[in-house]
Amino acid sequence: MSTDRQQALFGYALRLGDTSLVLGHRLSEWCGHAPELEEDIALTNVALDLVGHARLLLSYAGEIEGKGRDEDRLAYRRDVFDYRNHLLAEQPNRDFGHTIVRQFLHDSWAVELYGRLAASADPTLAGIAAKAVKEVRYHVRHSADWLIRLGDGTDVSRARVADALERLWSYTGEMFERDAAEDTLVAAGIAPDPAELRTAWNTRVAAVLEEATLDRPTDGWMQKGGRRGEHSEHLGYLLAEMQFLPRAYPDAVW
Amino acid sequence: MPDAAGCWGPEPGADAAVTAAWDALATVMDPEIPVLSVVELGIVRSVARDASGRLAVTVTPTYSGCPATGVIVLEVETALARAGLDARVSVVIAPPWTTDWISDSGRARLAEVGIVPPPKSGKRALTAPDETVACPLCGSADTMQISRFGSTACKALHRCNACLEPFDVFKCH
Repeated sequence: MSTDRQQALFGYALRLGDTSLVLGHRLSEWCGHAPELEEDIALTNVALDLVGHARLLLSYAGEIEGKGRDEDRLAYRRDVFDYRNHLLAEQPNRDFGHTIVRQFLHDSWAVELYGRLAASADPTLAGIAAKAVKEVRYHVRHSADWLIRLGDGTDVSRARVADALERLWSYTGEMFERDAAEDTLVAAGIAPDPAELRTAWNTRVAAVLEEATLDRPTDGWMQKGGRRGEHSEHLGYLLAEMQFLPRAYPDAVW
Repeated sequence: MPDAAGCWGPEPGADAAVTAAWDALATVMDPEIPVLSVVELGIVRSVARDASGRLAVTVTPTYSGCPATGVIVLEVETALARAGLDARVSVVIAPPWTTDWISDSGRARLAEVGIVPPPKSGKRALTAPDETVACPLCGSADTMQISRFGSTACKALHRCNACLEPFDVFKCH
């Protein structure tokens, strides 16, 4: 494998792995705090799946890099500016409606991504994606159902999810960015074309928002930078909690 | 895939050690659903000999984030060692596990303990609408889903409107 392609693949696996890990950690913060027991279990089940995807993707990233970094090393020994997740994933939970909107916007992207990545020319990514897509299909049904129920619900539930949509919309553009590294991977049949994902994402989101009787926010200024290590202030606090134990006790093992 | 009789096991003509390994694996119970062996659950992918002649056992996780995978690998290694077999155990994820790989005896055991087994039709998988399932306790068809996510990643929670009892349904995956 050429060095350029290898570097591009490492970056790609890292971005996907980091996005899964950060969002999985965010969802795990609901453990013991969700509005009802069933949702507590649901959100943490989704968190487990996402952390599972992160483990597979980060292990693979470490393997491609070839410098001896395993999944734990990548997850626990990198600081904010080395993380490559979408800014959407690191946004705080706020209320349940806000969490559901964030999840739906992400799930709608993930289901389109993994569905296509399952046919990747890279057999490891294809294997991870074929496994992940079965799980994220289930996730998106859950987040879409809740968005419809809250949007087409009471005045309070509607106001909260409408507010969350406005608040989070500017973080959605980043999911469809494409840089030189992705050009290489798309040309090699390894990664799907982000433009194709955007079209499919738009269709899915529009259909659910309509059923939820919510207006689609207009596309304006889009936040970006997460994929290059420029993050919002929220990620630092998340990593401080997630990385506490291995930072404080570097030799600790289970 | 399980064979025509819905069972997992050694290929016809497999040597004694491979057969002994399958027998040992049949005693390892899934830690989260301990009425099912890992063989019945369909997560033992293969038992074969590698290039050096050593036994190689591959297992597959049900869900990517299944927290039991590590424990299962450990228990598989322990059971093989107890049977006096020298084997290497590895985890593979492709092709992805499906509930179609749960053996017929596994389905029967799930039903016995009141967990509705998944229908055999992986293609419908998780995209199909939620199905109406009969109550495993009283048989009534008047049931409802309470939550898509149950006590483990692989189950959903339902309730019978006739006898009012809640019950687990193994998700078609």
